[in-house]
Amino acid sequence: MIFQKIDSERRQPNKESQACGLFGVMNTSGERFGGEMAITAIKNMKVRGNGLGGGFAVYGLYPEYRDYYALHVMFQNRNRETKHKVDEFLNEHFRVIHDEEIPTDERVPLFSPPLCWRYFVAPRKRPEEEGVPDDEFVVARVMHINCHIEDAYVFSSGKDMGVFKGVGFPEEIAEYFMLDKLYRGYIWTVHSRFPTNTPGWWGGAHPFNILDWTVVHNGEISSYGTNKRFLEMFGYYCTLYTDTEVMAYAVDLLMRRQGLPIEVVAKIFAPPMWDLIAHMDGEERRLYTVLRMVYAPLLINGPFTVIVAHHNEMFGLTDRIRLRPITAAARGDFVFLSSEEAAIRAVSPKVDLAWTPSGGEPVVVRLHTRDHLKSLARSI
Amino acid sequence: MYSYLLPEFTVVRREDRCIRCRVCERQCAEGVHHWDKGLDRMFSAEEKCVGCQRCVVFCPTGALYVRPHPSEYRPNYNWTRERFQDLKRQAETGGVILTGSGNDKPFRVYWDHLVLNASQVTNPSIDPLREPMELRTFLGRKPDTLELEVEDDRVSIKSEVHPNVVIETPIAFSAMSYGAISYQAFKSLAMAAKEFGTLFNTGEGGLPRDMRAEYGPHAIVQCASGRFGVDPEYLNCAAAVEIKIGQGAKPGIGGHLPGEKVSNSIARTRMIPEGTDALSPAPQHDIYSIEDLSMLIYALKEATNYEKPVSVKIAAVHNVAAIASGIVRAGADIVAIDGLRGGTGAAPKIIRDNVGIPIELALAAVDRRLREEGIRHKCSILVAGGFRCSADVLKAIALGADAVYIGSAALVAMGCTLCQKCYTGRCAWGICTQDPYLSKRINPEIASQRLVNLLRGWSHEIKEMLGGMGINAIESVRGNRDHLRGVGLEDWELEVLGVKGAGE
Repeated sequence: MIFQKIDSERRQPNKESQACGLFGVMNTSGERFGGEMAITAIKNMKVRGNGLGGGFAVYGLYPEYRDYYALHVMFQNRNRETKHKVDEFLNEHFRVIHDEEIPTDERVPLFSPPLCWRYFVAPRKRPEEEGVPDDEFVVARVMHINCHIEDAYVFSSGKDMGVFKGVGFPEEIAEYFMLDKLYRGYIWTVHSRFPTNTPGWWGGAHPFNILDWTVVHNGEISSYGTNKRFLEMFGYYCTLYTDTEVMAYAVDLLMRRQGLPIEVVAKIFAPPMWDLIAHMDGEERRLYTVLRMVYAPLLINGPFTVIVAHHNEMFGLTDRIRLRPITAAARGDFVFLSSEEAAIRAVSPKVDLAWTPSGGEPVVVRLHTRDHLKSLARSI
Repeated sequence: MYSYLLPEFTVVRREDRCIRCRVCERQCAEGVHHWDKGLDRMFSAEEKCVGCQRCVVFCPTGALYVRPHPSEYRPNYNWTRERFQDLKRQAETGGVILTGSGNDKPFRVYWDHLVLNASQVTNPSIDPLREPMELRTFLGRKPDTLELEVEDDRVSIKSEVHPNVVIETPIAFSAMSYGAISYQAFKSLAMAAKEFGTLFNTGEGGLPRDMRAEYGPHAIVQCASGRFGVDPEYLNCAAAVEIKIGQGAKPGIGGHLPGEKVSNSIARTRMIPEGTDALSPAPQHDIYSIEDLSMLIYALKEATNYEKPVSVKIAAVHNVAAIASGIVRAGADIVAIDGLRGGTGAAPKIIRDNVGIPIELALAAVDRRLREEGIRHKCSILVAGGFRCSADVLKAIALGADAVYIGSAALVAMGCTLCQKCYTGRCAWGICTQDPYLSKRINPEIASQRLVNLLRGWSHEIKEMLGGMGINAIESVRGNRDHLRGVGLEDWELEVLGVKGAGE
């Protein structure tokens, strides 16, 4: 499979539509834990997926290589020739500190698993590239591999974190990659997919990742065409034709490149109604008015729930009129975000607090803070 | 010279219904009807009839029908009745044939070949009667990014924001000047714009001083090639300023308000002597290039202390995308594009019917070009030219427009029947005339209510269609061509529109 920018708007493939189950858990004191909770929780929401895609994102995954970008690359059809090309490309642009096949349990029967390899790398810049920030450098190389090397796809590219995903139910993916046995992290997010078409392609599963940002998403974005065209102006070309991709790029643009905090980004994605803004006090009213005016093309319309994570932070958000559910809960240092409360109760029957955030209210979970409780006051 | 023209319309009077009340006689501005006292009978001079239907609507007994005249030349595909009549008229006058309203030729109306989407199963449609549905639109330049300052829980905006105008529905009234239309019609548009929270456009005829305080904040004031009525107060009382380069009905052509229409009030508003012709040159003589345009844009921004968005209005011509890009780069905050079917008070018929391109294709090309150049957010796109219903408006927004100008539709709401005789100054509906006997037929209180009703009806319909698509804010359908599909269009047309064929 190869992705390219298609110039003709008319010839672009239709985007996929899908419904999904989401779960995220974070330890706010940064203690690493195994994958059991994420796996059990998503198993509990089995009907939210149909076995055509599942995946996990884990933070605090590779402490021994924490300073290196961890690239997870899949080679379609286990194509060794492609791997050779990628190796050459990586060696040209990076110093490869260590690389290995991602261990898998081949006894798990899955649909056409690709060869998955991980590389721990540091940028090797040419003199004229010295000014390019590392992150931008890595993004460009990842895009290059995804767009120009057939059958190769980088599905994870952050430091000290990683994505594992594929075609199957998420618990099968977990078993295949032996997540419960081999890995620990302080954030786990997981996604179970219910696409309405069947591409049967491993890269199409979620989480969607760029650098250390991951997005798991449930919903059908009605504003896709508007969002996509706006993002194209900033150099993001949606080559996967999924809503999640749009969401991920919008997060990248607003949070990483423009440096806006999630509390503001949430109000861009799911802004309050004009009627509500009219009742705000002067300063606040101006802020929300200007946000809506400037970022109108990034309003994410239609039903969605999203859990976005990067280092030190995980947040959940549902659309402005809450057409997709999300529930939050806390127990000690653990904070849970889930499509369904039942999934949280399945892994932690007793919680200190469980609440349903209202539409457009983000639940922001930050390391060493209690920021997630801020959404409690505005919950339903 | 004896006229060889066939009458355009025939007037059918049912004598069994006619009560000789002579309403038709008083309502007709062309002198078609007259009463013969001796015979106590109404007669018609139907060769004068323009088919405006005023008499038919006002006949209290329904005794009148006005229809296209049944007499026909020998049918000929090449030499149509219209060609015959135009030739004969020119042979009799030796002049340029004038007309009013928009192009009536059967160019493809792309709106009728585009269909909208709706939600089924995978996402829910939204009921606009039960849930908020937002049409508020901002016109003006948007920054690339906002600089924000976050202190604890307080977020404040650090960067300066360009001036934007807010409208409550993505529909504004097109430029129609006081002079081209009557004071009453002009005021009706202003009142409706104010009441509904949208904008009217003064055209190039200025804004009467007594209207400035109340209606200025709802006006886009034009600065056109004749510079009529432009003074600092005019510019500063307005919501936005528009530089008029061209008009869809007559690209490349100026305007001419004959002296007999320049009444005392119009003369004062336009700041010209009473009874003199108001000639708008074809080009603006201080704009022979894009850099000249930039100078005028910034001159107007200086004059308004950078507090108003500046719009540049052009006719949709072949190279419209590149021109629009230049306009944005020259500093305009709004690009207004008027298409092939845009209306006019007076234009040479040969120009109206043969120059320019359809607004649908122009809009798609401009939106795409601006996006490709990464400058789409630096301006708003306003489109005009033959919008007939709310679906046309929504389709235009899905193709990339920020808002739509309606001219003909607004006039029709006030009574106009598109008889195309605006240039005669004898509009029986009181719209396109300066004759006080005719213009007082428009009562601004009532006409503005008709206009408000039109805006309200269209806005409701847009909300219904948006809700069906599962969208609750108009900005989420802007440029969202994924919600459009073409039916019965050629490959190249779909390509230009950037829209898939139905079923694709």
